[in-house]
Amino acid sequence: MSAPVQSLLREPWPDLASQREAATFGIWIFLASELLFFGGLILAYAVCRIGHPHAFMAAARETDIVYGTANTAVLLTSSFAMALAAQASEREARPIVIRACLAATAALGCAFLAIKGFEYADDLRKGLWPAGDFALPEPGARLFFALYWVMTGVHALHLTIGIGLVGRLTIRGGGPHLRLRDNPQAEVTALYWHLVDVIWIILYPLIYLPGRAG
Amino acid sequence: MSVAATPDERLLVPDRPSYLGAGASLRSWFGATDHKRIAILYAVTITIFFFLGGAAITLVRLELFTPQADVVTADTYNRLFTFHGIVMVWFFMVPAIPATLGNFLLPLMIGARDVAFPRLNLFSWYLAILGGAFTVATLILGGVDTGWTFYTPFSTMFSNSHVFAAAFGVFAVGFSSIATGVNFIATVHLLRAPGLTWFRLPLFVWSLYATSLVMVLATPVLAVSLLLVMAERVLHLPIFDPAHGGDPLLFQHLFWFYSHPAVYIMVLPAMGVVSEVITCFARRRVFGYTFMVYALVSIAGIGFFVWGHHMFVSGMSPFAGLVFSFLSFVVAVPSAIKVFNWTATLYRGQISFEAPMLYALGFLGLFTMGGLTGLFLASIPIDVHVTDTYFVVAHFHYIMVGGTVSAYFAGLHFWWPKITGRLYPEGWARFAAILMFFGFNLTFFPQFILGYLGMPRRYHVYPPEFQVWNVMSSSGATVLAAAYALPFGYLLWSLIWGRRAPNNPWDATGLEWRTASPPPPHNFDQQPRIDVGPYDYHPEAVAPAPDQRPRRRQGEDA
Repeated sequence: MSAPVQSLLREPWPDLASQREAATFGIWIFLASELLFFGGLILAYAVCRIGHPHAFMAAARETDIVYGTANTAVLLTSSFAMALAAQASEREARPIVIRACLAATAALGCAFLAIKGFEYADDLRKGLWPAGDFALPEPGARLFFALYWVMTGVHALHLTIGIGLVGRLTIRGGGPHLRLRDNPQAEVTALYWHLVDVIWIILYPLIYLPGRAG
Repeated sequence: MSVAATPDERLLVPDRPSYLGAGASLRSWFGATDHKRIAILYAVTITIFFFLGGAAITLVRLELFTPQADVVTADTYNRLFTFHGIVMVWFFMVPAIPATLGNFLLPLMIGARDVAFPRLNLFSWYLAILGGAFTVATLILGGVDTGWTFYTPFSTMFSNSHVFAAAFGVFAVGFSSIATGVNFIATVHLLRAPGLTWFRLPLFVWSLYATSLVMVLATPVLAVSLLLVMAERVLHLPIFDPAHGGDPLLFQHLFWFYSHPAVYIMVLPAMGVVSEVITCFARRRVFGYTFMVYALVSIAGIGFFVWGHHMFVSGMSPFAGLVFSFLSFVVAVPSAIKVFNWTATLYRGQISFEAPMLYALGFLGLFTMGGLTGLFLASIPIDVHVTDTYFVVAHFHYIMVGGTVSAYFAGLHFWWPKITGRLYPEGWARFAAILMFFGFNLTFFPQFILGYLGMPRRYHVYPPEFQVWNVMSSSGATVLAAAYALPFGYLLWSLIWGRRAPNNPWDATGLEWRTASPPPPHNFDQQPRIDVGPYDYHPEAVAPAPDQRPRRRQGEDA
């Protein structure tokens, strides 16, 4: 057994293939749990929006759709880079190609956070922090922005963890003697990354699109 | 046909390294990835929390000896019962059976070397410790007064106590139980020994599997509801604030969406333990194995749709109330199936009354009472009258303490020889089991009457006419405290002075009894193979004849 394989193999698994199967199985279970976590937030959003439909539209119009849309594009592209890395490793491309794709994924993740940071700064300048002095008069608008900060904040936290995981994979994941697809951490990281992306695809219309049609 | 080992053979001390002998340094324990060592870490932790939560409620029961306030102030009283609730629910009851007995036994019972993700297992213990540290910190700082339910808007706007630290502690321990759940599900799916099909799994394994499903799918909702409470409290984001259009009831829905299934996180593993113990000491196959499995899984499933019965008086629509009431009756059906099947398992059994069996029979009676009073509470016309009275307190203590804690002690005694390699003193154990049963009933039965008479929960003073019942309850609590102190004493005693345990002291079936006591670090010297179902105590469909010697050791035909 080669050294890199041994360094990745963990108890109680006899070989990397079954360890990889288990890691993938485990992360799917965990993703189900994550969906329930965000499901709670989305339920809270739904209840508040049904209670205050007009305030939610008015508040959503105050969000910055340029930043939001740009970020959606950035994150979708990052997932594309992640899928590319998986495909490249599947076809046994050169490790440098795989690493380049992974590095691009992490870089796009960082770009998302940077854009989000500018957006947060703008929001604060416009007085959209729903405690104390708040820019919008409609009752219920504070609820929208309370949920906005919590949902995007929790999402950003997830993305930060994802960047850490992808970064680790880029640096240590596929050594010269080991294809990335042998590494049990690879698919786990990819699945987690795609979940964070999918969550954003749900958050984007909930946050940026209400009240903008017609 | 299996041949019984001679008594001498069975008492031979295996001269092999056990998991206990695999290093005694701090690092070998606190960095352990062996599921058996992690189980011990959990066991020590939850024992500490059990006595902390018990100390808090001792002061509460002391206060309730007399109608007027004489031991603590009203504010301290609130903080004491809150601490009791938070600690007992999240730091004792939820991890009690899964993280200790489950962690230790799940790989052994399915013939595996370890759980699927041993490092995640250790990580989950550290998360529990982190949560525990925050919870103990609240106690040192002065406590929390919201009750274990953290109801808004009191918890978010009005409480002057350490809500954030307590909520964060529970938040952290929640992720610990998600990690355990993920680990157990993957373990059961992927690491069963050759021949161990799903319907040959012992019911304890099934119960851990069903519990893990609930942990993974319900706990994140608790996490998010506490996250929103923390956000409102610290960042002043007005999520549940009615002044800004927020809905405090939304919190109750989110909270009970977790906290009702959490009841099943606490009681399903107990049902698993009891199934193992009753079959062993009645020398019987479990009655209706497949129905027992379906009942476990359907309790876990239906349990997700009954949370509204905690909110009948919160002003919900009568139609919603009707649906939740109906579903609460539905979830009683699989629970009743289990009780009937345990009873039928005893029929024509060769019953013996060792301590684990006494605890298990105690479970059977007390769980039945807790379950039946649950039906009272599921009926809206009755619930409206006894909401927030001691009737509710008595009901859930019959399930949680009479049920789960009894089963935890049943399992602890049953597997103690396997875990420690020592036999506990049987006489003392039987005495403690019986004392616990009487102490429990003396403590909590009067509370049904108090609740029926209208005494509300969470008050530290009460009208004098309730005193006689409260004195009975507080006296019972003293007996109960003694009954809990006893096992703590004699089990510790047995670690040093107890007789060496043979591999299979109970002549039980089940893979865990086919390895050494205590097991070696790698669990089995040879990969076990399974060709029969569980509880192979007698030929299928034939009750054992009165003079028949019990079969020994599942699947072994030596």
